[in-house]
Amino acid sequence: MKVALFIPCFIDAFFPEVGIATLELLEKTGCSVVYPFDQTCCGQPMGNSGCEADARGAEALFVKNFADYDYVVSPSGSCVHHVRDHFTAVEQDAATRKVRASTYELVEFLHDVLKITDFPWAEFPHKVGLHNSCGTLRRLGHASPSELNVAPWSKPLDLLRGVKGIEFVTPQRPDECCGFGGTFCVTEEPVSARMGYDKVRDHAGAGAEYIVSADMSCLMHQKGCAERLGMPLRFIHIAQILNGARH
Amino acid sequence: MANDIFTDKKVDHVKGSRQFIADEPHIAFHDKRLWTLRDLRDKEAHGIAEWEQLRELASAIKSHTLTHLADYLEEFERNATANGVTVHWAKDAAEHNRIVHEILSARGVDTLVKSKSMLTEECNMRPYLQDRGMTVVETDLGERIQQLDDEPPSHIVVPAVHKLAKDVAEVFAETIGTDRSNADPHYLAEGMRQDTRPYFIKAGAGMTGCNFAVAETGTVVTCTNEGNADLSGNVPPLYIASIGIEKLIPKMEHLGVFIRMLSRSALGSPITQYTSHFRAPRAGGESHFILVDNGRSERLAMDDFWYSLKCIRCGACMNTCPVYRRSGGLSYGGVYAGPIGAIINPTFDLKKYSALPFASTLNGSCSNVCPVKINIHEQIYKWRQIVVEQGQVSFVKKESMKLAGKVLADPKRYRAWSSGAGKAMASLPRAFLYNPFNAWGKQRELPEPPGQTFHQWYAANRKPEQET
Ligand code: SF4
Repeated sequence: MKVALFIPCFIDAFFPEVGIATLELLEKTGCSVVYPFDQTCCGQPMGNSGCEADARGAEALFVKNFADYDYVVSPSGSCVHHVRDHFTAVEQDAATRKVRASTYELVEFLHDVLKITDFPWAEFPHKVGLHNSCGTLRRLGHASPSELNVAPWSKPLDLLRGVKGIEFVTPQRPDECCGFGGTFCVTEEPVSARMGYDKVRDHAGAGAEYIVSADMSCLMHQKGCAERLGMPLRFIHIAQILNGARH
Repeated sequence: MANDIFTDKKVDHVKGSRQFIADEPHIAFHDKRLWTLRDLRDKEAHGIAEWEQLRELASAIKSHTLTHLADYLEEFERNATANGVTVHWAKDAAEHNRIVHEILSARGVDTLVKSKSMLTEECNMRPYLQDRGMTVVETDLGERIQQLDDEPPSHIVVPAVHKLAKDVAEVFAETIGTDRSNADPHYLAEGMRQDTRPYFIKAGAGMTGCNFAVAETGTVVTCTNEGNADLSGNVPPLYIASIGIEKLIPKMEHLGVFIRMLSRSALGSPITQYTSHFRAPRAGGESHFILVDNGRSERLAMDDFWYSLKCIRCGACMNTCPVYRRSGGLSYGGVYAGPIGAIINPTFDLKKYSALPFASTLNGSCSNVCPVKINIHEQIYKWRQIVVEQGQVSFVKKESMKLAGKVLADPKRYRAWSSGAGKAMASLPRAFLYNPFNAWGKQRELPEPPGQTFHQWYAANRKPEQET
């Protein structure tokens, strides 16, 4: 299966290891992966901050880069949420509609499209707390949100259960937002930091050694908070664990 | 802050939240108390198999009513009038207040007991009547605390939730003479009760808000836990109800849908202690219903925002909101706080409330708890675009987003930035990064800059021939 890889701007610049893990993981599952070389960003930072018109150039470039593929896969739930639900600065022609419909977040691609739940090469012998970002949880439907009266499901847990040695711990407020929220983390710094502090304390209280998530931006924020508080928590993207990282 | 609600002063949510967060006992209590309500709400909601269908149904009933609102309002008026009630129409807050004042002064009433109503807060009615020599007494405990402390409610269901018992002890000691050192909630509630009861006897009129107005019967329904609406509405000879025109529901049979969800969503209790129906004046008494627009028809005409009129004011979106729980209701600077405030207040005054749509992480929990399925976080997102379009955004933000948009639209300029971003961060001295002007570094460590970008790694390790 041929897929195009979308590595969002902040992962490209700050967390290349997450991009590499995603690429290697997709290859291990038998996909042939193309990384369109002129890619930059999905337009989310501008749309999220109300400056949708300024996202037009980035969105048009995204369509140009990815229009020719059946699947576009990205290790970032919030970017995929933007493409799927808020990618409206650019003209909604056939190419745009196709790109929006074929863009998947990594977990849902593995779970729903490839239908893989076993990762024989992966082993992660640690206590792990799962952080479902709000975009993946409530917009992409990664898992059942606690607010809804629906039968429970969790795609990331379905995947992680296929990793040897992993042990899960559950915080008291498993799906409360961590306070990253895109530009919110800077414009509303006091509340954002407080939410992050509460989040990492909740995970540490449950006994987590690692926090794992499909969204690197939430992890970046939580890591920043934990380090400032001097907590020994560690943070890892789900792609890294599924690709076989041991620590 | 109390008086800022009725001025043009631009609300600074960040400033308000910073003050609230700095006070550890208050923020910790506030967060925990409201989370407890959210938790209880979950247990109740999960205990009803058809909960999600109920939400659908409630939302559909409200959609139907709002799209046929004129008809239902007229039906309500006809039936209420037939029941012996006098019905008034008020286009805005000023007209509402004038009508209330006329009714009271025409009958020589100088004391009004009232049960909690967000609409009268919205109209700023209490100061209006007080300025005209009337005594207005709030009879809901939380609302009375706020009245005595000269503060607006910070929550639409639990108005004084941001106060600790010891704060209430202070307020009551100052105003109604209870023992300052006794912060026992039962003692304080009893103190307020003893202070307020005589007003019920003395008052020439009583007033309530309205949770639901049933068109078919011309009935006003109120839901309370303290029974104060019943005392306010039944003891004095004159009764006035303030009704927002969006409170209409077509038939009595629809009421059950909302009653099953209102208190469960609000407090996590199956039902409020009192669900009272006000239909006709009591023998020898008089009843007046005031139907108030105050911006509602205008909102009804807004394509993206009319759904907010479905709101039944349960407060569930506030209880679940992680931002509200950590910033406190007063930081929103409006009659309505939290997620619902972030979408309603800008319809009153976009400029004043332009900060509120940004006081959200767009996490979407509000939309999930909302019993009438209002797409709250989507409306917040939409408001952001409008706030920027209308120029209500800082120069720095506008320019930086314009620049970001340009860089991210151009692979070459983007490469120049991304390959330098890590290095730039590494080369900046800590003192610069952690100065108070750097919002990220203030309370968080920065990510460690990597040796190379993903793009550079890919070029070096995979298919360098594709390099542009
Ligand atoms: S918006 Fe929904 S959740 Fe919030 S107060 Fe209104 S009805 Fe309740």
